[in-house]
Parts: sequence; C-alpha cells; structure tokens
Amino acid sequence: MIRNMIRFALFLLIQVYILNKIPQLHRFITPYLYFLFILWLPFSMSRIGLLLAGFVLGITLDYFTMSPGLHASACVLIAYFRPFMIHVLMPKDISEFNYREPSVKAMGWTPYAVYISVLTILHNGCIVFLEWLSFGSFIDFIIKVIGTTAISLLLIFTVEFLFPRQLKYRTNVQ
Amino acid sequence: MRNVFLFLRRYSVFFAFLVLQIISLSFLFSYNRFHRAKFLGIANEVTGRINTQYNRIEDYFNLKQENRRLHHLNDSLLNLLQINFLKPDSAVRIVKDTIPFDTLGHYRRYLYRDATVVYNTVSSQKNYFQLNRGSKLGIRDNMAVISSDGYPVGIVVNVSNNFSEVMSLLHVQNTVNASLKKGGEFGTLQWDGKDPRYLSLKNIPKSADVKKGDTILTSTYSYNFPPGFIIGTVADISMDNVTGFFTLKVKTAADFFNLQQVHVIENLQYDEQVQLFNDTRKKIEQPKSVSK
Repeated sequence: MIRNMIRFALFLLIQVYILNKIPQLHRFITPYLYFLFILWLPFSMSRIGLLLAGFVLGITLDYFTMSPGLHASACVLIAYFRPFMIHVLMPKDISEFNYREPSVKAMGWTPYAVYISVLTILHNGCIVFLEWLSFGSFIDFIIKVIGTTAISLLLIFTVEFLFPRQLKYRTNVQ
Repeated sequence: MRNVFLFLRRYSVFFAFLVLQIISLSFLFSYNRFHRAKFLGIANEVTGRINTQYNRIEDYFNLKQENRRLHHLNDSLLNLLQINFLKPDSAVRIVKDTIPFDTLGHYRRYLYRDATVVYNTVSSQKNYFQLNRGSKLGIRDNMAVISSDGYPVGIVVNVSNNFSEVMSLLHVQNTVNASLKKGGEFGTLQWDGKDPRYLSLKNIPKSADVKKGDTILTSTYSYNFPPGFIIGTVADISMDNVTGFFTLKVKTAADFFNLQQVHVIENLQYDEQVQLFNDTRKKIEQPKSVSK
C-alpha cells in the first residue's frame, strides 16, 4: 500500500516536472509514462479499486496540466481493460500467481510485452482521440498515436531495465 | 425487483466504469476558456504550492538569460528618459504626470504588475502557465501578460487567491488582435497547434504591402493588450485563395521555452469597453417589438 502511494507520487512528479517539460522532440510526440502506475498495481486489487485508482491518478495529473478529464478518461479506460488483458494472457486464478504484481518474472517475456503494448496503445489512442475531437486532422491523429506509443514503450522498457523491481516470490505458506 | 438488483450487482464494475468515464468526459467537455472546470480553484491552490517549490530550483538554470532580458528592457527604458532629449526652447517644459487623474484629463489606462511563472508547458496543443500572483494581489481574468523583455505571451483565464492560470499564445483557442507595423492592417493571430516557434496571422487584406521580416505589433483594437508591443516578425506569406486574404506565418519574438519573470497588464477600462460592446450588440440586434 505504502509502496504504491510512493510510486503514485513519483510517477506524477516525473510526468509533470520532467516529461512534460523537456523540449519537444517533435510535434507528434508527447512522452507519457505515468500510466505505468496502473499497469504495476497488484494482481489482488479489486476491479472497482483499479478503476478508482486510475481515476484519481488521471484527475490529479489533469489538474496540473489544466485539462480536467482528459487523462482521467484514458486512465479509467485502461484500468477497466487491465483485468481482461491479464485474464486472456494468463488464464489462471489470482491466488495461483507467484508474484504480487505484473512483471517479466511473473508473466514471462511475451505475455508481459503484449500486456504493456496493448494497454499503452489504448491509453495513448484515447488521449489523442479526445484531443483530436476538438482539433486536428485524421492523418495527424494516426501518426500521433504511433509516435506517442513508440516513445512510451521505449520509456517503459528503459524503466524496466534500469530499475528492476525487487519482487518477492510468494509461496503457498503465506 | 430482485432481478434488477442482481443485474446491478453482476455488472457493478461495468457501471462504475461508465460512471467514472461520464464524470471525466463531462469535466473535459464542459471546460473551455469561458467555463470554469469543477474544483479548479482548490486544485489551483494545491498545484500552485507544489509548482512554487519546484520553481525555486528551476529558476537558477535560467538566471543568465533572464538577466540579459532584463538588462535589455532597462536599456530601452533608459532611452526613453527625458534627459536624453534636448529641448529646443527653454520656455517649454515637458511635464509628465504620474497621478492617475488630473484636471487636464490625463488618466491612466494600463497598470503593470510583476509576477513569476511557476509552471509552463509548450508540448500540448492547449498550453497554459501558472503565475504566483492571484486575486489577493489584484489579478483578474482577461488581463494581458508580457514576458520580461516586453513581448506578449498570453491572457489570464482563471484566478484563485494566490495563483493564476494564463492561457498561452500557444493555445489553439487563443485569438489576439494584431496589426502590421508598416501599414497598420490588422488581423487575427492564432496558433495552429503545430510548431511552438510560429503563430499564424489571418485575415490580412490583399492590398497590404507585406514582406518577409516585417514586424507584427499588438493592435490598437485589442481590449487586453496595450498597442505597439512586438509580437514577432513575418516568416512566410501565403494567400488563401477562397477568401482572398493573406495568411502570415509569424515567428514569435517571445521565448516560450524559458519564461520566468512576466508582467501582468490590467486595462483599467476593460469592463467599460466590453460592457459598451455587449450593450450595443443587444440594442441593435434585439427583435423590434416596438412598432415603427
């Protein structure tokens, strides 16, 4: 719990003060990383809890960037689809998982990569779509989704390699 | 009835999802320049405090450029001093009055206040920045904001007690009235959401004599900005074939990437001007109920 709260603050501060501030690489690319918080929440969390956590994360970021509702909507969307993704990729019961949260160790390379990529596309697609509704052309929309997703995935895998999470192996004794 | 409850229970997660989505989308679509977002006042206070802390560190990295800008502005102000000018006749004295009202009818129209930018982005299509002054120090909506070297950067759109949010010129919904320095033709300045270094000036008549490098100023018709501030220079000229107007690509003079100290300008006659404008429209456009 405390670990997740620290993560929440850390991801928000990094997103607001580093990723939103670095000089733009290109007009199609905004680096997003903060939603990794939702992807890293424990398996045991209830689905309602996931939705609420996603909403709170999104709305907090929104008040920093003065766009109320934009990121909240995208976060709620991926929080809703997360359990389905896990179920499709790893069809087993929650109590059977040996680790607390989704990771390479817990899920294996391919399922984890698919899990991360699909939810990243979903999140960025939602944000760019909502921005595009008020402004922009269709080609811009497609390129922006691809560009933003590529840079997000790059960031996520960099984080995975640079900061390996210390995950305890869960035994049945617990 | 029991089935209804069972149904609700079964799909409770889906309903929670729908409710949260509807809340966030309603926040998103009810928010624009004129409508306040929900709880924005309180949120502004909280984010303002965090931003101030961050800004205390970040400011050090821009001190050098900031000093140079300030020096530049001081230099241009020094040039305006009366001692620089010789008077042709000793019987004539120029007296400048600093009191807002005097018997000759001079009065103050614009009031300047200084402020510091505590948060700023250029990467979105809708960019805002936050200032460390709020309604307690007299900041109100629709005041103009210029950078420390005297170039327009935005308009105040929201204030809380101690902080205020400014809509940057780099915001696709922001429109500013601007004119050419040479001929005085005026048009609407907007941002197309693409490159943060360029703005576009629309509706310049075909008759205007425009060349690359010409200066663009704030127009005398603007309610927010005082006339004569340099917005930028013409970088490219294109003709809109449908309307027959020029669209100019303007390179901004202000450096949006490292804004630090800014001035907030209050037009003391703003309310009166807008009131008159609205009243006039109402008067002319109201249905004629009175018989001829």
